Amino acid sequence: MSITSLLQLIVSSSLIYAAPLIFTAIGGTFSERSGVVNIGLEGIMVMGAFSAAIFNLTFYSTFGNMTPWLGLLAGGFIGILFSLIHAVATIHFRADHIVSGTVINLAAPAIAVFLTRAIYGAAQTGPLGRSFGRSNIFLLHRIPVIGPIFFRNTSGPAYLGILVAIIAWVIMFKTRFGLRLRSVGENPHAAETLGINVYLMKYAGVMISGFLGGIGGAIQAQAIANEFGILTIAGQGFISLAAMIFGKWNPLGAMGAAIFFGFAQSLARIGNYIPIIQDIPGIWLQILPYLLTIIILVSVVGRSVAPKEIGKTFIKSK
Amino acid sequence: MLTTNQDRVNALLIPIFSILLGFIFGAVLMLFFGYNPILAYQAMLMGVFNSPYFMGEALRQATVLTFAGLGFAIAFKAGFFNIGVAGQLLAGWVAAIWVALSLPDLPRVLLLTLSIGAAVIAGAIWAGIAGALRAYFGTSEVIVTIMLNYTALHLTNYIIRNVLATGNTTERVGENASLRVEWLAQLTQNSRVNMGLFMAIIVVILYWVFMTQMTAGFEVRAVGLNPDASTYAGMSAKRNIILSMLISGGLAGMGGAIHGLGTFGNIFTQSGLPSVGFNGIAVALLGLGNPIGIFFSSILFGVLDVGAGFMPNRAGVPDEMADIVIAAIIFFVGANYIIRLLLNKIKLNKTVEEGGE
Repeated sequence: MSITSLLQLIVSSSLIYAAPLIFTAIGGTFSERSGVVNIGLEGIMVMGAFSAAIFNLTFYSTFGNMTPWLGLLAGGFIGILFSLIHAVATIHFRADHIVSGTVINLAAPAIAVFLTRAIYGAAQTGPLGRSFGRSNIFLLHRIPVIGPIFFRNTSGPAYLGILVAIIAWVIMFKTRFGLRLRSVGENPHAAETLGINVYLMKYAGVMISGFLGGIGGAIQAQAIANEFGILTIAGQGFISLAAMIFGKWNPLGAMGAAIFFGFAQSLARIGNYIPIIQDIPGIWLQILPYLLTIIILVSVVGRSVAPKEIGKTFIKSK
Repeated sequence: MLTTNQDRVNALLIPIFSILLGFIFGAVLMLFFGYNPILAYQAMLMGVFNSPYFMGEALRQATVLTFAGLGFAIAFKAGFFNIGVAGQLLAGWVAAIWVALSLPDLPRVLLLTLSIGAAVIAGAIWAGIAGALRAYFGTSEVIVTIMLNYTALHLTNYIIRNVLATGNTTERVGENASLRVEWLAQLTQNSRVNMGLFMAIIVVILYWVFMTQMTAGFEVRAVGLNPDASTYAGMSAKRNIILSMLISGGLAGMGGAIHGLGTFGNIFTQSGLPSVGFNGIAVALLGLGNPIGIFFSSILFGVLDVGAGFMPNRAGVPDEMADIVIAAIIFFVGANYIIRLLLNKIKLNKTVEEGGE
């Protein structure tokens, strides 16, 4: 295999596995910046994957090749609805954020498989109508050397994710909404004194995480699993959460970390083609993403500071 | 005094209301999808309670849930969220089977002690990693235990395929490594309920003694309630974090041993983490961390789990319904603020009426 095609393989598979993580990790930054811990991202991804799969199978004859892209919206929409459970529980019902997140993670696979059985009579949907496949990125793929490595035969959703990361960064750090969102996570009482609607901001944060987490799940179903079943989402939500911490609660950082974790996940699939790595036993490559997550958390956690009032219930003053 | 009495009443009312609301939520969902909820719940309960075999199976499930629940609860009391119960249980399961298969000729008492001991150590190490990282580096135990879950899953499958067996299932352990109790099995028409049930009851009592009567248990609780004040009082927060995680994982590992030596008699490759680990979290939350509450919650969830198997055939309802009900129950336990609000409103109305007389 030539160097170019080897690099092409590494980059494209990393991006394919990174795409769901990019969206979900960015979603996580919005929720946590508003002060709501969201370990329910895993469950939200499950619902996103499920609804995208249903959408895909129902409408592929109508929408053709646009189906998976529209499926992202379906996943995102159901993600918002599902995240509302977490928002209501933590914001209005004063539930512990981790307990509520655990409920989301317990409920999502049960509900999704329940509905899959109710609709298809089986626990899996079977192969989807149209999956993402690989695409060339508009014009960029014609650039010599760089084009073929980075932009040819690659993951469309991942590049959309990179674009979303940039937009998310602008929203979070350059707009009034972003400033308000962050102030609610750092010091809700001061924010309230300044006339900011703390509850509204927290709802916005959680719902954005629901939208992006749902899209993340939709990508996992339509680009990687090509079906929906109980094993479609297996830890990606949690890895996204780790990527968010590694990225210091910053959308761009979260995106970078997500691509790195995507690379780690892809190694178990493409390791056989890469010199040196092909000599490592498969089991190490399988557990690598999880071990790397732990090692990275241990090494960055001192320098990575969470929003100050994260995980605490805010009680509105009368 | 009045308030403490009220708290005690609430401590019972909150789980009861949560269970009721959870079942109601499940019923509404079933109605929405055109199923008959009464038929479904009836199938679930009658299925279990009409047959000694399935009652035995429900108790068998409750046994493992009790261990997983107590394991989660002790870490929770110390202020830690051990989502890794499932992985620690798996580590204990594989360790117990490994020992039982390697030393098949030892006498029963010795072999059982060794196998279960190995399981406890395996679970404790797996949880202890997260405890130590939390104590010395401040790393979130939530994410570390989740990552260790998936690591345990892949490692266990690897060990089964490459060390313990040639295929996906190991051989069965011998008679002298089995937790089967003849009269108990006879009583329940050969269900798989086993010695683990009695071990669970003993551990429930030991847990209660440890937490309420012993200094070490008091320290664990104190650190959970207020780490700064406990440190000021001379307790070591680090030591207690690690201690509670070791006990937590050890209990989960013991649950795994009972799963292995009692329920299945072997281990096989898993496609996902054992759900009994996650339901252990639910059991602990529903039992509000009280060992006796955890035991009864385990029996309830054991019935739900085993009874769910009757719903597809007798009521046409997918058996995932039981998991949805469990999740809904925990939702209401977590959001108990609304239940308290409701109870207070009812009480307020009462006092107003009484005052009017």
